[in-house]
Amino acid sequence: MRKYSVFAIAREALRGHKGWPAQWSSPEPKASYDVVIVGAGGHGLATAYYLASEYGITNIAVLDKGWLGGGNTGRNTTIIRSNYLYDESAGIYNHAMKLWDGLSQELNYNVMYSPRGVMMLAHNVHDVQVFKRHIHANRLNGVDNQWLSPEAAKAFCPPLNIAGNARYPIMGAALQRRGGTARHDAVAWGYARGAAARGVDIIQNCEVTGIRRGADGAVAGVETARGFIGASKVGVVAAGHSTVLMDMAGVRMPLESYPLQALVSEPVKPCFPCVVMSNTVHAYISQSDKGELVIGAGTDQYTSYSQTGGLHIIQHTLDAICEMFPMFTRMKMLRSWGGIVDVTPDRSPILAKTPVKGLYVNCGWGTGGFKATPGSGHVFAHTIARDEPHPINAPFTLERFRTGRLIDEAAAAAVAH
Amino acid sequence: MLLIHCPYCEEERPELEFRHAGEAHVARPVEITAESDEAFEGYFFIRANPRGIAYERWRHIHGCGRFFNAVRDTVSDRFFATYKAGRKKPDAAKFAGAATGGKDKR
Repeated sequence: MRKYSVFAIAREALRGHKGWPAQWSSPEPKASYDVVIVGAGGHGLATAYYLASEYGITNIAVLDKGWLGGGNTGRNTTIIRSNYLYDESAGIYNHAMKLWDGLSQELNYNVMYSPRGVMMLAHNVHDVQVFKRHIHANRLNGVDNQWLSPEAAKAFCPPLNIAGNARYPIMGAALQRRGGTARHDAVAWGYARGAAARGVDIIQNCEVTGIRRGADGAVAGVETARGFIGASKVGVVAAGHSTVLMDMAGVRMPLESYPLQALVSEPVKPCFPCVVMSNTVHAYISQSDKGELVIGAGTDQYTSYSQTGGLHIIQHTLDAICEMFPMFTRMKMLRSWGGIVDVTPDRSPILAKTPVKGLYVNCGWGTGGFKATPGSGHVFAHTIARDEPHPINAPFTLERFRTGRLIDEAAAAAVAH
Repeated sequence: MLLIHCPYCEEERPELEFRHAGEAHVARPVEITAESDEAFEGYFFIRANPRGIAYERWRHIHGCGRFFNAVRDTVSDRFFATYKAGRKKPDAAKFAGAATGGKDKR
């Protein structure tokens, strides 16, 4: 791996930029690996990266049926925050937050992490009470989050309409200043480049069609579109398709897959300083460095693998955006798309060992997995390398749906997941 | 937006009139307090979440208000059949030819 630096740029500028090497190679799969990761999204690539960089396991393949970062990693609205209610959630999301801080330096890759502040709007008395409860819980857990009056919210985000006669009145807001955004593609690319440089094979266009188990029931490898690949440890990091993958190993999951949509506007000059989320009316908005407004909508009501959603869902979100930010009423939307999100009953993820020896699963991030990418990969690598969970992901078991030890962020309603 | 045939109203209506109500044919245990933790987990939390033919409940909440069942392909979102609650679930083989069979046709 050639290090990126100002000197490298100067050298290549003189050579007409003809000497930049590929960021990762596309090797033929070997007959077997120590670890196979299924799914080359941010979480899967981060897992491989930390397995190689922190646990010295480099004989790894990361398989993807499409291209790397082509699933939900490339489809989300790139929001980063950690203001969840429960201690377990604070643990994992704040772990990610700490890793975001130095990630560009660690990866020698600009992931464009921008802690510009995430503001969550309260539109009614229930919102006010829920957000204040979250703020207190967050502060006990060392997570920054503060309450803003409507005027303070407007001062932080001037386009906000706080008029008393607004259709969705603003009664205040919760602000996490360390929250923000990062460039989603760069996160996948940076982890892919870092992992490949440490010897990890990233094999794209290689769909996993089966998980083979030995006579003792333990994992023996995966059947793929490019033949059988042996591995004594397999990590499934397949987001919306986790149920399908786990079915191959005979493990039934507490998951349902829903379409979630996002859209971007035409690019305009910088006009929107932060991330604003409104859970109550389902609108999430920020402005990318390219100038596009990045807008997130809600999920469709039915389960689907179609990677597309209903137009009325987007329409509802844009209604809300136009009400809250009247200056955007004449913005043109350029593109919209859908991703498939895997949702657990308690809206908290599953990062755990499974009843099958050698099979590990990292799934159930629902509509909000991007923010956790570095932390998720980091603790999942520990889980695979040591065959036991890291203290941070120890509560996020598959068994909690049997024991009843849920981490019920759904009921806590930190966000409409 | 989906167009859904309500088997009670006997007409196709826009999805906005309906509420999706989860997986169909999940029978509530008769003696729920006698269930083992494992069986309860299976009833309450575990879902088939199939890629392909799914059996699901819908409710015509802004219409007749009644629950009914549907067979839908979760890859194409196409409905194969809707039928009244309590009816036997149609055999998946009947729709296998028309379904995308879990394979993308992209």
